[in-house]
Amino acid sequence: MNTDPVVTHPRLQLITLDANGEQHDVVTEPRRTLVDVLRHDLRLTGTHVGCEHGICGACTVLVDERPVRACLMFAAQAEGARIRTVESLSEDGGGELSDLQRAFTDHHALQCGFCTPGFLMLAEGFLAERPEATKEEIREVVAANLCRCTGYQTIVEAIDACATARRGACVTPCGGPDSKEH
Amino acid sequence: MSEVPLNDSKLVGKAIRRREDPRLLAGRGRFVDDIALPGMLHAQFVRSTVAHAELASVDVSAVLEVPGVVAVFTAEDLELGDIVAQLGRPLSEFVPTAMPVLAREKVRYVGEPIAIVVARDAYAAEDGLEAAKVSYVTLPPVMSEEAAFAADAPLVHAEAARNTLVDVSLFATDGIDGIFDSAPCVVEVDTRTGRQNALPLETRGAVAHWDDREEQLVLHTCTQIPHQVRTVASRCLRLDERAVRVVVPDMGGGFGQKCVVGREEIAAAAAALRLRRPVKWIEDRKDALSASFLAREQHYRARAAFDAEGRILALDADVVCDMGAYSCYPFTAGIEPLMASAEMPGVYQLPAYRVRGRAVTTNKAPTGPYRGVSRPQYVMVMERLFERAARELALDPVEIRRRNVITDFPYTGVNSITYDPGSYLESLDLCERSVRAEGWYEKRAAAAAEGRHIGIGYSCFSERTGYGSAAFAQRKMKVVPGFDISEVRMDTSGTVTFTTGTMNHGQSHETTMAQIVADELGLDIAKVRLHQGDTDRITYGFGTFASRSITIGGSAVRLGAAKLGEKLCAIAASRWGVAPDEVELAGGAARRRSASDVLTYEEIADIAYLQAHLLPKDIEPGLSVTATFDVFNDGTFSNATHACVVELHAGTGQVEILRYVCVEDCGVAINPQVVEGQCRGGIAQGIAGALFEQVTYDAQGEPSATGFMDYKVPTAHEIPDVLIHHLETPCAFTETGAKGAGEGGTIGAPAAVLNAVNDALRPTGVELDDTPITLETVHRALNGAPNRELSA
Repeated sequence: MNTDPVVTHPRLQLITLDANGEQHDVVTEPRRTLVDVLRHDLRLTGTHVGCEHGICGACTVLVDERPVRACLMFAAQAEGARIRTVESLSEDGGGELSDLQRAFTDHHALQCGFCTPGFLMLAEGFLAERPEATKEEIREVVAANLCRCTGYQTIVEAIDACATARRGACVTPCGGPDSKEH
Repeated sequence: MSEVPLNDSKLVGKAIRRREDPRLLAGRGRFVDDIALPGMLHAQFVRSTVAHAELASVDVSAVLEVPGVVAVFTAEDLELGDIVAQLGRPLSEFVPTAMPVLAREKVRYVGEPIAIVVARDAYAAEDGLEAAKVSYVTLPPVMSEEAAFAADAPLVHAEAARNTLVDVSLFATDGIDGIFDSAPCVVEVDTRTGRQNALPLETRGAVAHWDDREEQLVLHTCTQIPHQVRTVASRCLRLDERAVRVVVPDMGGGFGQKCVVGREEIAAAAAALRLRRPVKWIEDRKDALSASFLAREQHYRARAAFDAEGRILALDADVVCDMGAYSCYPFTAGIEPLMASAEMPGVYQLPAYRVRGRAVTTNKAPTGPYRGVSRPQYVMVMERLFERAARELALDPVEIRRRNVITDFPYTGVNSITYDPGSYLESLDLCERSVRAEGWYEKRAAAAAEGRHIGIGYSCFSERTGYGSAAFAQRKMKVVPGFDISEVRMDTSGTVTFTTGTMNHGQSHETTMAQIVADELGLDIAKVRLHQGDTDRITYGFGTFASRSITIGGSAVRLGAAKLGEKLCAIAASRWGVAPDEVELAGGAARRRSASDVLTYEEIADIAYLQAHLLPKDIEPGLSVTATFDVFNDGTFSNATHACVVELHAGTGQVEILRYVCVEDCGVAINPQVVEGQCRGGIAQGIAGALFEQVTYDAQGEPSATGFMDYKVPTAHEIPDVLIHHLETPCAFTETGAKGAGEGGTIGAPAAVLNAVNDALRPTGVELDDTPITLETVHRALNGAPNRELSA
């Protein structure tokens, strides 16, 4: 038995990642995926791994504000980009849940919660790009990720409610970002 | 049955926000792969690449040469006990077989674990797998029911003749053949359902380490049954049960797949013991799809006799379940055939019944329970029989059900099960009214006039939940689940910690069970906290399955809270010198009924713990109680009617779901929003089975589905919104009036979808009986139709 676990190093490289506004120096194998580095090197475990082949979307994060499958990207490829994970959503609000997160709880858009960070980041990126999105457009985007618990309806409703409230908040600031009840 | 009233002062019945949500939404959940321990190693498994073979040699010497690999173990190295699931039935009915933790001598499916490779990281472990050299002497694989039963079939297990693990004939009404001979209407179906994966989005996984201080193996694992994993781990590893602690973190779904003991979690524990270092195993999706526990591959040959008015007279069914290579622990290969045999008559008043249920073993990944267990299948078969009889007798499909559903409760069926009150007829009527009110019958007619194919299908079912020890004992299981234990404890600050032996994996127990306790004690729910999923903190439990958590676990929790409440009253009464029944609990305090005296829970707890000298002699110090709950009858039946409206597209064969309506009755809904979530999610999984998901194998036993490209999991594109109506027939013997709500959606959906597709196919003369309903099948049916423009 080989009792020393670190005898031979594969080729390693030093990369710098900007995750949620913080700079992280990481020594990593070039083959290591972004999601593994986020989860296991940076300990940002809110991002999950569901398939490792880009279908389920549980690992969705924002790279330069666009939703990306973090299992299909090497960490080294994210150097120089701004990465945002689910942890950033409530940090931005000083630990309080964001309007999007609150819409998810109001609409019971999560059960086991494993796919949820992926849907949140998908929606966060999409609504930033298309704040005027219709419910049908939201459904199209929600179809990018897999959820095994909810049947999707409440995820669509939560994102739609958040988008509607945000639009309302722009017109009437007193309304606040609270989600609309159905 | 009544419309649901709301009591404003109580939390039970209210859709309060889930207490699980904030951490899960913030990315602060803790799932098993989120656990990192100092010095932790990572495991993966060398798996069989052939379906059926003798293991000639397993040479892992080169694995150790791979950079980063720390150790590799085969079955010979670890010398573990086997996993053996037992039924208390004679050999003629059940053949016990052993599932080794790592394959010895023989492999029985592609993906079977042969060796565990442990490395410094998960990448190096994968590298190590490729260096293993396994030599096989291949045997002909057994890949179908027909092949399994063949006279000259190779044997998957030498001890199981004709590859039969279970062969039971539970019921055979005298004179049933005569009924069929003389009945004016006899219909038949021959139905096969596809092999499915329960598919929790979080794959299976475990982190094991030895704790020197506690002299204990600690196994963090995502399981629905922590105590049963502890039992198997202790037996396989030859440790006292005390020396194994199973801890379950947040769990990313289970749906039954995590309700059986996995070989890999035991192997990871064994490696951690050997190496005295933490070992993590996280299943990848390929292994989850091809080599975990699958479900649902069943074949029904069934016929039913009806009188001229459409009343069912007799049912005769032969059920064969392809259980794959091994019996799962604790349920055994009997789980599907026994469920189907016992419960197939369902919601109907059936006078005569004969059934034979068999489990065959084949060279496929083994089968475990999956949400609904056989009920999605037998409900589909029953509903097909009723639809077919309706056609033969020119009756409306809803009307024929109306003439047959059980209406007088309690009803003891031909299957010797007593059904508690439900709303079978009411749910059927309401569901049909809902579909009619939206004009779907008119839309169907209009579409037909245009040569389009819209169909409406129903399914009508009940679901036994709250199986107590008595009901499971009838299955003759050696592990008889049933009761649950709850401990309820108040600390000196007046806050309550309580336990359940059930195991949340998305069902919202932290919320719903806290609602029950908060109501019982008149305490702010923020001061109530649930603990579950730790065998050192929970006395004993059977976990979460069979929609038992709220019925059984929730009842134990309520009894525990009530018992604690009695003690609070007794202490307060002793301080005031009055009888305990002079005291009531509300608003976080004990109050004297006929006076203004108040003692807050904090004040009572102060006496119970810190001023115990003030207690009378007959009251023990402390505020900790234990309660148990069991069900001593046949359990409680939730019920529902589903309706599905589909349009078939001739060009592609696509089945588009235009509308889905569910009328459900799970008794008292502790949290209606959670109930709706269970309905919708369950229906999505039922639709998945009806239209999309199937694991197939080639002739050599190679599985088709190794990724999501080959196993179509439906998305928001395919799953429709669901309109839900609630009825409430409270259960008379659960402590909250609740019935189980976890599985109904999955049970009802395949039948509703299949019936809708057949309704849309009516002009073609084609009737489909198998699931999944593929694009090809529908395309062929529509385009082979002699004159599809003539639909009426």
